[in-house]
Amino acid sequence: MRGKQASPEKRTLKDFITFIIAELKPRGKIFTPFNIISAPILALGIILIIYRLIYGLGTVVAEAPGFPWGIWIGFNVMVGVAFAGGAYVLTFVVYILRSEKYHPIIRATILNGFLAYVFYAGAILLDLGRWWNIVNPLIGNKFGVNSVLFLVAWHFLLYMIAEFLEFSPAFAEWLGLKRIRKILRSFTLAAVIFGITLSTLHQSGLGALVMMARPNIHPLWYTEFIPVLFFVSGIFGGISMVIFEGTISTRVFGYQLTTDFRRSYDDIVLGLAKTCAAVMFVYLFLKALVLIHGAHASLLATPMGYWYLTEVVGLTLIPCILYLRGFRDRNIKVIRIAAILAMAGIIINRCNYVFIAYKWFVPLSERYIPSWQEVVMALTIVFAHIWVFRWIVHRMAVYRKPPAWAVEQDRRGEKKALEVTL
Amino acid sequence: MDRRKFLKSLGIGMAGMTCGGILAPGRLNAKGVVEGKEFLGILIDTTRCIGCRSCELACAETYDLPIPDIEDDSVFEKERRTTETQWTIVNRYKTDRGTVYAVKRCMHCNQAACVSSCLVKAMKKRQEGPVTWGENCMGCKMCAFSCPFDKAILEAHSPSPRIRKCFLCWDKRLVKGEIPACVEACPTEALLFGTRRELIEEARGRIYQYPDRYVHNIYGETEVGGTSVMYLSAVPFEQLGFRTDLGTTSLPELSTGFLYAVPIIFVLWPAFLLGVHRATQKEED
Repeated sequence: MRGKQASPEKRTLKDFITFIIAELKPRGKIFTPFNIISAPILALGIILIIYRLIYGLGTVVAEAPGFPWGIWIGFNVMVGVAFAGGAYVLTFVVYILRSEKYHPIIRATILNGFLAYVFYAGAILLDLGRWWNIVNPLIGNKFGVNSVLFLVAWHFLLYMIAEFLEFSPAFAEWLGLKRIRKILRSFTLAAVIFGITLSTLHQSGLGALVMMARPNIHPLWYTEFIPVLFFVSGIFGGISMVIFEGTISTRVFGYQLTTDFRRSYDDIVLGLAKTCAAVMFVYLFLKALVLIHGAHASLLATPMGYWYLTEVVGLTLIPCILYLRGFRDRNIKVIRIAAILAMAGIIINRCNYVFIAYKWFVPLSERYIPSWQEVVMALTIVFAHIWVFRWIVHRMAVYRKPPAWAVEQDRRGEKKALEVTL
Repeated sequence: MDRRKFLKSLGIGMAGMTCGGILAPGRLNAKGVVEGKEFLGILIDTTRCIGCRSCELACAETYDLPIPDIEDDSVFEKERRTTETQWTIVNRYKTDRGTVYAVKRCMHCNQAACVSSCLVKAMKKRQEGPVTWGENCMGCKMCAFSCPFDKAILEAHSPSPRIRKCFLCWDKRLVKGEIPACVEACPTEALLFGTRRELIEEARGRIYQYPDRYVHNIYGETEVGGTSVMYLSAVPFEQLGFRTDLGTTSLPELSTGFLYAVPIIFVLWPAFLLGVHRATQKEED
């Protein structure tokens, strides 16, 4: 397919530069409907981002005293991280539990998770009033070790490195660096274990972040179990994202899929749906427990109560049932609908904690409603993620088979590992 | 298990423990009094306030903020909130016992949510009692998000925004041994400056002496674990726009449980995962 990949180990710098320049050129059709919609938003968004970073938050952000955080934190960061949860769940299944079934989608999921952290954790920068100080908690211009946010900040950084290490063999394959790939490949297990630990802590940490705002969070949403709820919902949110992303990717990148992948893909989706339903059941059980324990059932008959039921019944219980039915009837379409509903549920849940159920007592006229600039910039982050994802999938072995030498390298590596153990 | 494997496992375990140690958060300071010094604070007796807004003027003059027109009574028509340029605000309330004025500002909590949520320690509870702000701030607004009184405000329209709120005149006057400007400016002694312990004694004394004039409650004595700014009132505090549902637990305590779990998970999780990984290893067919 691509002659460049078969390049010999020893290359001059000039060859390398020509290779990179050739790879930078766009592949495929340029005027697709997605590009026509996303390109102008990206262009406008980038201008707005630069403008905002120079002239300050107030120039683009909707003014709502008492609502310090908006959609950049509620949607981009909180939801982005929850949706990126698929990466650590699948690395757990594939590398720790050694389930070969999900191996075909592992690289796409890791890449998606890595980019999600780069872009959505990066979205924090947009919301920082003094963004040039973002390095302070890392370089020790005061370590605020009592702060949950301090923990989350460090974890974001470390997890990005772990995710990059997990994906790095694909980079090495792309560049044809055989020896470096072997070294990078040996880091995978350590990166996976470290990554899962970090994810456990910062997925729940994002929940712990809002706990200090107890007086400002509606009692139906506030519980001591917020960290646990965030952790569990991050699992099914992440898996739902994997299903959703797969739906689109298998169409867009259909030309690179191997026959093995096509044959096993339905089974993968069915397995994910079953897992999702189980995790959602755990989540709903916890939610019910919290509701009964908190004795807040009387609040259900208020407007906020209806909103709560929309989230918990409409966008968690119903997708949970749909996942089960889809699994039972082997109906992929139903599973896809379930995934979309479950994702909508996560979006609403995270935004509730940040600005909807937050200060629920403030009348609508004084509430936070995002400005058009904020929406454009939030979308810019999403589209930038998709563009970079597409660029990488077109060039590296994400869905397609890795080059023959890489497969051979892995096979030899496994054999050696077995010899050492026995 | 051969030597290399053993060393590898040991290495991963040690790395986990080290990281756990570094990244695990320290203990929260649970004491109201730091290093023997007592917190200073302000007792606000709303029965004495005449709504002259001298405190607003004094505050603005001390910190070079826009000077308010204190002759203008129209500001009382709406309940105002503190802003980046108005750190102390007098509001007028219609209550069961007629018109009452109440001045609102940062409460300087003993265990402030803004301080413990700050990831760069820019928000700081000083030994003297005030909660202050430092230039190493990232502007993440975590403090504003956690504040139960809505008093930590980031300047919106500035390319280099600062957190603006009452600092109890810490940098301008307290360090020189002077009392806060608002207290000095108050013509009716509605504002009283002293150590928190003295102020509580004084407040209790007034309640005992005039049991009919006050509700028998000091706002800020126990709210969110106690605050350095406290209030006396003739009417229930809800009527003066105060939140009475805040509880007596300090807000930082709400996330300590999570923070304590962090080092435990950091040490146990990698060991567990490595164990599962080994346990699922297949023997050669």
